[in-house]
Amino acid sequence: MNKGVNKITPYKIFVIVVIAVLAVLFTFPLYWILTGSLKDPIAINAAVPQWWPLEPTLDNYVRLFEKPAFLWLMNTVFMAVMSMILTCITAALAGYALAKKRFIGQTLVFSLFVCAMALPKQVVLIPLLKEMAFLGLHDTIWAVILPTVGWPFGVFLMKQFSETIPSELLEAARIDGAGELKTFLTVVLPIIKPGIGALAIFTFITSWNEYFLQLIMLNSQEVLTISLGIAKLQAEMASDFGLIMAGAALAAVPIITVFLMFQKYFTQGITMGAVKG
Amino acid sequence: MDMKKVHKRSKALVIRETVVSYIFLAPALFFFLGFVIVPMGMCLVTSFFNYTMTDFTFIGFDNYIRMFQDEVFLKALVNTFIIVGVSVPAVVIFSLWVGASIYKMKAFTRSFYRCIFYLPVVTGTVAVTVVWKWMFNKYTGLFNHVLLGAGIIDERINWLGDERFALACIILILFTTSIGQPIVLYIAALGNVDTSLLEAAEVDGATKLQTFWRITWPSIMPTTLYVLVITMINSFQCYALIQLLTSGGPNNATQTIMYYIYYQAFRLYDYGYGNAMGIFLAIIIAILSAIQFKVTNSGKVD
Repeated sequence: MNKGVNKITPYKIFVIVVIAVLAVLFTFPLYWILTGSLKDPIAINAAVPQWWPLEPTLDNYVRLFEKPAFLWLMNTVFMAVMSMILTCITAALAGYALAKKRFIGQTLVFSLFVCAMALPKQVVLIPLLKEMAFLGLHDTIWAVILPTVGWPFGVFLMKQFSETIPSELLEAARIDGAGELKTFLTVVLPIIKPGIGALAIFTFITSWNEYFLQLIMLNSQEVLTISLGIAKLQAEMASDFGLIMAGAALAAVPIITVFLMFQKYFTQGITMGAVKG
Repeated sequence: MDMKKVHKRSKALVIRETVVSYIFLAPALFFFLGFVIVPMGMCLVTSFFNYTMTDFTFIGFDNYIRMFQDEVFLKALVNTFIIVGVSVPAVVIFSLWVGASIYKMKAFTRSFYRCIFYLPVVTGTVAVTVVWKWMFNKYTGLFNHVLLGAGIIDERINWLGDERFALACIILILFTTSIGQPIVLYIAALGNVDTSLLEAAEVDGATKLQTFWRITWPSIMPTTLYVLVITMINSFQCYALIQLLTSGGPNNATQTIMYYIYYQAFRLYDYGYGNAMGIFLAIIIAILSAIQFKVTNSGKVD
């Protein structure tokens, strides 16, 4: 039999062509957002679409920033950064304990985390809203941050990473007389650093794009996120597609940039999270 | 946990370890119990109440009974199952095919395509949705223009406003935003398949298809299970697309359970009924996850 690893077969050509065409189709919505944001109303509403903006204009962005778009962006950054920091700290500590310590109630705690992850999280939003109202946090960014931090995916992911810590290292640190906190900071942390990187980027991106939670929790103009801002623009001026595309670009470009910069960690994060624990 | 190990160590040590462990766990448990477990409990409890802005009385299973007499709910249930039934198999098959096609490519090409297919996920639901809404627009949208030009349709179609097409449009968008993660997972899983087994099969003269079914498919089964479950949960929870594109219309053609829950809770302020539907949805998801787990596990050759 021909050892045809590099042999060009019709099927291989078919695959290359189809994947390339699909790649174009999957990139197209983003392309259409970016070019659409640069089109004037005539080009936007043209019956024959302009595949490329013939007379590009920044007018849509000027109009966008007359709205509180900058504030929306800052709110979103604050929300994503705080969710990221808190998730990383809580998950790193908990993941280490679950992976490397033996304690009473361990199975129960871990099962709770895993079972909760299999539940539809959007289902609990009604009681969560009531709870936030009770705590006086409704309509503040914290009402979005706290449930994001509570979601157990991070703990699960950090447990996976912490499993790779050699127990001998922990033992050695104990023999050297290092306390628990010192062991965590000097032995554990350096080893799980890539995991924390993966979790940080993962949390940042999911928090940025978690529309539903934001929609339920945030109402006032001063606390809107960029996603909510665009949704509002769309509800108020449904046919002003130029302005809406500028908003979509403002929401998408920063997060795509972050993703492309850290995509290696990100990919590692979702892959590790899927491994059975 | 392993009881033997515990017995071997002194009791004081176990207690010390337990205290230390819970100190490490405390921050995570605080957020988890406070903002995941407590609302879940509240959700379950209030589903047995007539719970509105003014009323809070225990009514047993009435909310659950009412569900099955509610035509809109039943319509939403059917639509939700259509969405799940179409999108889950489509996502699994498609992402496996794409993953299998690109995992052997050069590192750069592989990573390039992985990013491309992940783009709709990263771009964010709202940004993706508004651009699709424009593309589906009857007068200025790209779809009508391209399809008219290609002679596939002879008149402009109001895609999202037409009962025949609206749900299909939603499923298409959901599909593009759902395959990113499965593709990444499949690329990683396929890269981990034992190459010595694959080579042995090739030496034995197995065809590509045989090799795939006998060796690759069982090896990536855990990934398939994970992909099935996450895609199913996401499809069952389809809400943002509906809210941004059709508001459940036209004539409830795109009504889903998740959308109807929030319509009942935040438009009609019927929290108890909304929560009961939420619990019902959670139970369906739990049962289907368990079935998938059983089926995929029993299919495995150990």
